[in-house]
Amino acid sequence: MLANDTLANVLYIDLSNKHYWVRHRADLFERYLGGAGVASQLLDEECPAGADPLGAENPIVFAVGPLTGLFPLASKTVAMFKSPHTGNLGESHCGGRSAVAIRMAGYGAIVVKGKSDIPVYLAIHGDKVHFRDASSIWGIENSFTVGRIIRESEIGAGLRTIMRIGGAGEKLVSYACVITETYRHFGRLGLGAVFGGKRLKAVVVSGKRSLPVSDSKTYRKTYAEIYDAAVGSPVMKKYHDLGTAENVLPLNMLGGLPARNLTEARFEGASEISGEKFAEQYLGRRLACSHCPVACIHIAAVREHYVDEPYFYKTHMISYDYEPIYALGSMLGISNARGFLSLMEQVEIFGLDAMSAGVVLAWATEAQERGIVSEKETMGLKFNWGDYDTFIRAVKLIVRQPNDFYSALARGVKYASSVYGGTEFALSLAGNEMPGYHTGPAAHIGVLVGARHSHLDNAGYSVDQKNLSKQDVSFEEIAADLLTEERWRQVLSSLVVCFFARGLYKPDVVLKALELTGFSLTREKLNRIGEEIHKQKYEFKVRHGFSLDEIYLPERILETSTPFGQLNESYIKSAVGHFKQLLDSSLY
Amino acid sequence: MRLLIADAERCIGCQMCMFACARRQNEGGLAEACMGIRSIGGMERGFTVIVCRACDDPACAKVCPTDALKLRNGGGVRLNTAACIGCGNCQDACLIGAVFWDEEINKPMICIHCGYCTKFCPHGVLKTEEKELT
Repeated sequence: MLANDTLANVLYIDLSNKHYWVRHRADLFERYLGGAGVASQLLDEECPAGADPLGAENPIVFAVGPLTGLFPLASKTVAMFKSPHTGNLGESHCGGRSAVAIRMAGYGAIVVKGKSDIPVYLAIHGDKVHFRDASSIWGIENSFTVGRIIRESEIGAGLRTIMRIGGAGEKLVSYACVITETYRHFGRLGLGAVFGGKRLKAVVVSGKRSLPVSDSKTYRKTYAEIYDAAVGSPVMKKYHDLGTAENVLPLNMLGGLPARNLTEARFEGASEISGEKFAEQYLGRRLACSHCPVACIHIAAVREHYVDEPYFYKTHMISYDYEPIYALGSMLGISNARGFLSLMEQVEIFGLDAMSAGVVLAWATEAQERGIVSEKETMGLKFNWGDYDTFIRAVKLIVRQPNDFYSALARGVKYASSVYGGTEFALSLAGNEMPGYHTGPAAHIGVLVGARHSHLDNAGYSVDQKNLSKQDVSFEEIAADLLTEERWRQVLSSLVVCFFARGLYKPDVVLKALELTGFSLTREKLNRIGEEIHKQKYEFKVRHGFSLDEIYLPERILETSTPFGQLNESYIKSAVGHFKQLLDSSLY
Repeated sequence: MRLLIADAERCIGCQMCMFACARRQNEGGLAEACMGIRSIGGMERGFTVIVCRACDDPACAKVCPTDALKLRNGGGVRLNTAACIGCGNCQDACLIGAVFWDEEINKPMICIHCGYCTKFCPHGVLKTEEKELT
């Protein structure tokens, strides 16, 4: 690390006592680069085993990396916390302006500790931290409105992030998200509820500074190479054109698109909610995160007529991506694009994780269909596949929790099915609702063993894709592939390079960029850092009660055929066992 | 040559131009950026590009008490840092907000119309134009 870089500054904020301080933690950044590597260390330092995820002792850690503010696409912030959803490691990544803002404010990481007695929001402008009384905005359920109000009352337009929660975070829904810049999220594992538990409505960060490089001439040259690849390379094209929604049709064709609570892996309405369809009929604007030229954020423009008055309209601007289309579209049998967008908007307004919310609604629909729950529990709602109006009403009830049933839904399908039954079709893996890939064994194994139980941990779906043309792939090979990928992704997420750019940031490019920021590393050393971070995250999980020996696979995953046919439980368990073995025998 | 905004509606808010501007001055980060991209009251409404438009009769120069801002060929100004006393009159005079401030030396930063940023605008928001000298 370069001596005059502010990266190693860690801002600590204590909400209980309303004070803050900065510590220089070169020890952490030198060894773990930043992002996931540094955040996991800070989490481990601050979060005692047995900590209540919604209590004062659970810290929130945000971390960025050495390349942030210097190279394109190093644009993510890693958040770590103990998850109220799984009761274990919480890790979530978000773009928008968050990463650049934190780096420009002069920090490599921010640790938010304690719990406020009154509702507050934090305004971090460079080296000043303000504890603002948020009483006047506490209770505003609409996350768009919260953003709009804070936007007007804080400085730093264009150079700031406004992370905030909606009603779901305040009401401690265990899969509430934190929203930044209206359309980006710390989506999974319930950071929104951790905010709510601390009575923290929002965190604003802004700043503007210069960052040092070791050699400005080489810096400009290396920068231009990465930039050219980012705008010209075919590996980025898909994100640029149709966005992640491009996946809908290929996955459906393959038979790996979960539909109607995964009773099927093909959806007859897929073309109606495809990336092509949205682009053709609704795409109204494309946006980018700070310091990324790709513009993968796709926003649909939906004109709505006010029924009470002629010639009176409003236009909704709603973002869409593959995962929400799966969870709030095919998984619920919704083939009406406009209906999907309305449901999507409702989920955004309240600030729920779209993936968990969709899987929860899908479970509730099947549970009612099977008579496990009745209209008494649902308060008169009759869930039907494709009936988005009812789902929109249900989202509101999940957030407001007027009865035990909706309170249970607000804790996810694992909990709800433990109360009402139906665990065999409660599509949660290790406590987190499944992502939109029923592509084969690796997708599910990947989520089971992944440190945050996300498809992005190790991209099992892509391992499946690679294996499609092969015969008899061994479980050992799958486990080894997933582990290799997850370890490398620790390096990328410590540099906070967007995973969409993983094809650009190959090891040689990473080493070149790091060299310019004062990190002289070798490829071996880089791999070792990834291995070490991964091992330590896993050890954190074990200390907090996680075990790879106790995995539960909902039967539905085994029943519904994948592109590889029906999955075999013992094969999956063997792969998980082998993953554990590899991990236990690794040195770091 | 001068920098022009070809179509602000094409802006995706990536801020690559701001980083390019700083890099042109051999700096990483954003402190030296002489341009700004911000949303028009929320990302959903698009962006505004704030940069010097190379006025023929620049207000910033007219209010400079020490003549530190000299008229530039092709429009806009050039700063004579030695003459500048950092009063900030120029910043107040520019309605666009295109006079940025270097906090370190307490002097204005204004686009010199070099066009470097246009090379890093992937969506055709910015362009350069040769302007006939008047």
